[in-house]
Amino acid sequence: MDEGLRGELSRHGIFTTSLEGLYNWGRKNSIWPLQFGLACCAIEMIAATMARYDLARFGAEVFRPSPRQADLMIVAGTVTKKMAPQVVRLYNQMPEPKYVIAMGACAISGGPFKQGYNVLKGIDRYIPVDVHIPGCPPRPEALLHAFMTLQKRIDAQKLTGPSRPRHLVEEAPSEFPIPDFGPHDLTPGKNSAIWAPPRKAQGV
Amino acid sequence: MMESLEALVSRMASVLPAIDVSLVPNEAPGGPSSLRVAPQDGRRAAEFFKSDPGLRLDYLSNLTGVDWPDRVTKQKVKSKRLVDGVEKEVEETLETRTPGFLEVVYHLYSIELKHGPLIFRMRTADRMAGVHLPSMTPVWRGAEFQEREVFDLYGVRFDSHPDLRRLLMWETFEDHPMRKDYVEPNDYEYEPTAHDEVLAKIKERDSSGVSGTA
Amino acid sequence: MSSSNLQLEAPLDPAFKVERRTATGRGDLLEVSMGPQHPSTHGVFRMDVVLDGERVTKLKPVFGYLHRNHEKIAENTTYLGSMPYTDRLDYFCSLTNNWAYALTVEKLAGLQPPERAEYIRVITAEFTRLQNHVCLIGFLLQDMGASGTPLMYAFREREAILDLFESLTGARMMCNYMRFGGCRVDLPSGWLDQASKVVDRFPRFLDEFDRLISGNEILAARTQGVGVLPRELAVSASVTGPVLRASGVNYDIRKVDKYGIYDRFSFRVPLGDHGDVYDRYMVRVLEMHESLAILKSALRDIPPGPIMDPKAKLRSFKPKAGEAYGRIESAKGELGFYVISDGSANPYRYRVRPPSLINLTVLEDMCVGHTVADAVIILGSIDIVLGEVDR
Repeated sequence: MDEGLRGELSRHGIFTTSLEGLYNWGRKNSIWPLQFGLACCAIEMIAATMARYDLARFGAEVFRPSPRQADLMIVAGTVTKKMAPQVVRLYNQMPEPKYVIAMGACAISGGPFKQGYNVLKGIDRYIPVDVHIPGCPPRPEALLHAFMTLQKRIDAQKLTGPSRPRHLVEEAPSEFPIPDFGPHDLTPGKNSAIWAPPRKAQGV
Repeated sequence: MMESLEALVSRMASVLPAIDVSLVPNEAPGGPSSLRVAPQDGRRAAEFFKSDPGLRLDYLSNLTGVDWPDRVTKQKVKSKRLVDGVEKEVEETLETRTPGFLEVVYHLYSIELKHGPLIFRMRTADRMAGVHLPSMTPVWRGAEFQEREVFDLYGVRFDSHPDLRRLLMWETFEDHPMRKDYVEPNDYEYEPTAHDEVLAKIKERDSSGVSGTA
Repeated sequence: MSSSNLQLEAPLDPAFKVERRTATGRGDLLEVSMGPQHPSTHGVFRMDVVLDGERVTKLKPVFGYLHRNHEKIAENTTYLGSMPYTDRLDYFCSLTNNWAYALTVEKLAGLQPPERAEYIRVITAEFTRLQNHVCLIGFLLQDMGASGTPLMYAFREREAILDLFESLTGARMMCNYMRFGGCRVDLPSGWLDQASKVVDRFPRFLDEFDRLISGNEILAARTQGVGVLPRELAVSASVTGPVLRASGVNYDIRKVDKYGIYDRFSFRVPLGDHGDVYDRYMVRVLEMHESLAILKSALRDIPPGPIMDPKAKLRSFKPKAGEAYGRIESAKGELGFYVISDGSANPYRYRVRPPSLINLTVLEDMCVGHTVADAVIILGSIDIVLGEVDR
């Protein structure tokens, strides 16, 4: 619809939009996060929901304790190898469409604890991540920024065509394989279908 | 105030027959020295520490393991010797091999008499098969989780512990990661970096073809 | 529809009729794994409980879901390199963690912080205790079903204290502030006035909270007589901190060891009589009042002067071979560090004595016989932080 006609109609009190626009507008303003904290970052996540930072302004204050009712997983803290299978399982239990925010250096790459034998070097080895927030821990403002980034992403999603989101592609996976506890490490160490190591260091 | 450790050692020798206790000096300016107790005397000594009216060490504050792997100390020794009929000074390297062991350190305080700490330690026979020590859980309940942790991370087996399972790592994990010779899994992705040791590790990994590379 | 179509006239099958069971109260036992993802376990803590109906008959805690190898990493880095990691142990109380570690290494290397640094340490430690207890009470009430309001109030006060930490250290939570032999930076100008304002305002909040909560009938019914920890068991199981004092044992390391300059302040140690959840709650409320008293006199008496021991070395710091054990009264209990030096730049052995983990030894003893809902608040009243439990 051209802008002139849309303006003319709205002067007469008729609001027009596309189905896609309405659908995405509704989705982006009612993100229900999973009430799920792993470590230090979880405290900043709680602080973001409290009076001073007030996450409710973004329609995301409804933290659900059950993954079946949530559509955003905020991986807030260090993912250890002992915890990683549970994180993937929780992600698998969430209904589509679902999103992941990796909050803090640990969730992105292992962060300061990267040298640890029991620390997973980034949750995106097993599940796809939509927004990364650096920081140790990120301030609540950074979490708000991540929310707005996610909202923009949802708003811009095309519902048809080859670039449509995963939940509208029938053959796209909604569940990801859960790693097993091995004698020395998790097996496998990564989900090769969604993650590959970055290009090798320069000059090697 | 508690009696001095020297006085305590001699008193223990008179009260507990044939007990094997010795003093381990500590050179740090603020830290007290400690006692070394032989494992077979561990329970007897612990009961004594807890019940002796002058000590009343009713509170086991801290229990932890320390790994001392086999050590080879090289010493250069100069000696005069006849070489081809001429007396010469010859330098030789002497190797002394100290067998390794695991050590468990206990920090005791008294809540009743408000003194402490008394530190005592026990050593295992070696780091392979003889890693048994008596459990202190029957004497102080507070040892329960800490002994499980030492079992998990160091592999010390505490005899007569009520529930000796791994505390932190998963049940099917096989290593004892706090030992000094533990080799961690090679699961880095080695981002572009300026650190030489990381670059060396990448080279080593790429040439050996270990899984985990792209 | 004619009646002949109904099955009423069909011959009765004696095997096909309603069986009436009587409730005996002795049903099958149910094994439930609470956690590691559970809204009331304060992080990734897991309890394997065996239930008879609503009653807990057995409870085994399972740890390690946040085991991030703090001790191993510390043994592979320099002494100072572990200081930021101590922030992340008990992530509510980074400044007291800093202090415990600094105290231990000072014992090992024979350093003595100057007087002003000691005052700053007491001030920051008591502020840390305040915000820890305030949040703990908020979470405890949240676990009891008072969702929202108490926690909101608690975090409002916490933000005021975090603002102080931020203007002093540059970070809200991970302060990385203490150094061996002193503190990293001096107080910014106007900080003491700002801190005094927070201290002056705090009693109003405590009184308001007290009026709202402490005499509340539901709180009394939920907490009094629940999760009783007998005195002898508490001592034998190495329980420390407010949990120990709620069972009536007078043991506060600030009084016993008089570390730092705690012998200069007069404060009382609140004790409980019953050792139940209510006592543990009230001990913390009273401790906050005492912390405020310490803060008041510390903010008044703090002298000017240097904040670092001139003997202290930041670079190429290599203490002589030896060992040291330092401990402080953190908000959770006795936080101890045990460091063995072999004379090199890295500690040979680095151990954290975690009060949260050791206090959990008695969780099963306190929970057996109570309902699941009570087990949740008993866990809440111990006050655990998983970063410290698993390290």
